[in-house]
Amino acid sequence: MTSAESSSPASRLIDAGKTRDVGNAVDGDNAPYRDEWGLSDAGETGGAVAPRALPLWRRLFRHRLFMTGAVIVSLMLTLALLADFIQIVPPEKMQVRLRFRTPDFRFPLGTDNYGRDIWSRLVHGARLSLMIGFAVALFTGVFGTTFGVLAGYFRRLDGPLMRLMDALMAFPAILLAIAIAAALGPSAINAVIALSVVYTPRMARIVRSTVLVVRETEYVQAAKACGARAGSIIWHHVLPNSMAPLLVQLTFIFAYAILAEAILSFLGLGPPPPAPTWGNMIAEGKDYLREAPYICLFPGIAVAMICLGLNLLGDGLRDVLDPRLRVLHG
Amino acid sequence: MIEFILRRLLVALPVLLLVSLISASLMQLVPGDPAAVIAGSSASDIEVAKIREQLGLNRPFASRLGAWYVALAHGDLGNSILLNRPVTQAIAERVPVTLALAGFALLLTVAIGLPCGIIAAVRANTWIDQAVLTLALIGVSVPNFWLSLMLIVLFGVMLEWLPAGGYVPFADDPVQWMRCLILPAFSLALLQVGLLARITRATMLEVLQQDYVRTARAKGLPAMKVIGKHALMNVMVPVITVIGISFGLLLSGSVVIETVYSIPGMGRLLANAIFGRDYPLIQGGLLLTASVLVLLNLVVDVLYAVIDPRIKYDER
Repeated sequence: MTSAESSSPASRLIDAGKTRDVGNAVDGDNAPYRDEWGLSDAGETGGAVAPRALPLWRRLFRHRLFMTGAVIVSLMLTLALLADFIQIVPPEKMQVRLRFRTPDFRFPLGTDNYGRDIWSRLVHGARLSLMIGFAVALFTGVFGTTFGVLAGYFRRLDGPLMRLMDALMAFPAILLAIAIAAALGPSAINAVIALSVVYTPRMARIVRSTVLVVRETEYVQAAKACGARAGSIIWHHVLPNSMAPLLVQLTFIFAYAILAEAILSFLGLGPPPPAPTWGNMIAEGKDYLREAPYICLFPGIAVAMICLGLNLLGDGLRDVLDPRLRVLHG
Repeated sequence: MIEFILRRLLVALPVLLLVSLISASLMQLVPGDPAAVIAGSSASDIEVAKIREQLGLNRPFASRLGAWYVALAHGDLGNSILLNRPVTQAIAERVPVTLALAGFALLLTVAIGLPCGIIAAVRANTWIDQAVLTLALIGVSVPNFWLSLMLIVLFGVMLEWLPAGGYVPFADDPVQWMRCLILPAFSLALLQVGLLARITRATMLEVLQQDYVRTARAKGLPAMKVIGKHALMNVMVPVITVIGISFGLLLSGSVVIETVYSIPGMGRLLANAIFGRDYPLIQGGLLLTASVLVLLNLVVDVLYAVIDPRIKYDER
């Protein structure tokens, strides 16, 4: 019995959930490009998004939600890149006389229990968060794609590889990440390792299901008939044609990773204090909820903002890049 | 049907075996000497040696693994280092609290998510639809531990409507028990509400286009009856799936939520185990949670067949 037959309806739905196509299966009409929110320009033309003839970037540009996400993410990225220049004081500088300053003109977001400026810590936290999230997305992308392609293309590897992935996915994501991070010890690198281990199987599963479809296409069969080697077929045909779901999924994993890193940090399993991660800031502020709730308020909003931005980006990419995704995983 | 259940169990078996192997190997990941990490930096050599002895760390990994499986066959997950008592006992004690919390959260999820999804589908592409989808997106993006803290500030500290944390057993005071669980259950449920609303909406949109719905409408049935009777039953399949998935998310979410609200459940037990580097307890918790989820997946699959007679499992 192959893994395809054995994977339960439940797990298949998880796949669907992960690619987010669950939100917009078949909408009210048969237009191939459907803006599920009906917010974009599409809404005015009866549901059909810009025709396919438009270049990719134009189509993305016209997708209002994608652009909203893009603006949020680039804003955060700018803050992170310019952190050294827009900080008010160094993020780890303690000024005992300036503890618990409520937001005012000098410290726009206030200061924390050590008298550290929250704005400065927030922008440096953006840098850490985005770096960790990006690293996780990168590793997950590389390993998930490798495993997924191997399992999907070489049927002999499918069983053992996917069983291992199934086992890793049997653990609730956050719980496994917490356990691995707890074993490895708290640090940024270990958080990246823990989260990559957790998200790689989820990636592999999606890549595998895409590859299973692509390997049966005529162009792959034709390449085979011409005597192309497996490696060359994978590189020139299978990978490029599996790119769209991969990219979409990576955007979501980026968001999950940032959210999960905040949880790890909050539990003391991320970069150890005084590193200005958003999770650390919330963990330190939680003891002063009564007196100074703003210490927790701003880093949480930052996490929510970046995740919202990335989610919008992913939804938009999915709509524009590959509407087939709905059929594939739905 | 019985054949199907057996076949699914057969597939689940290697997964369960791998799950137990992964749980058992967790301590191998600890850099250096796990005993020294557990004992802490201020411990004497004798204390470290004692822990090493207790965990069998002076034996090779293979022999320890064998012992772990023999003990597992007897339903023994070893002893917790912090609590100095069997892991199974410690976990069993805490399970009812977590189940109450997860059950309450699940109830909220279905009570909010399902109607939201249905309304969004029936009123597709209106402001109601967009509001539901926006809410769903926010639910996925907001970190729930942070939401918990903000809810505590708002309802526990500023308004003083609800307790800011803690737990009262149901037997002691049912009303207080309820009041204690409202905020944590809501924080836990928000993510699932979004997920469920999205899936319900998508399935409902699909179902509403089916011929039998059109027929029901054409013969003049009131809209409520079409949606409530003909459509809703067909939406139940994905809903059950989400409930199955949700349970896993609720269990892992409880680690953080129970810590924030000081609820003495399994999640807080595991969180404390993590802070105290109590590896036997972490391993036991991991194994139990994952096994429960694997079995739950099986139950969900069987439920499909019960709910939807079109799904036949005995073919092939």
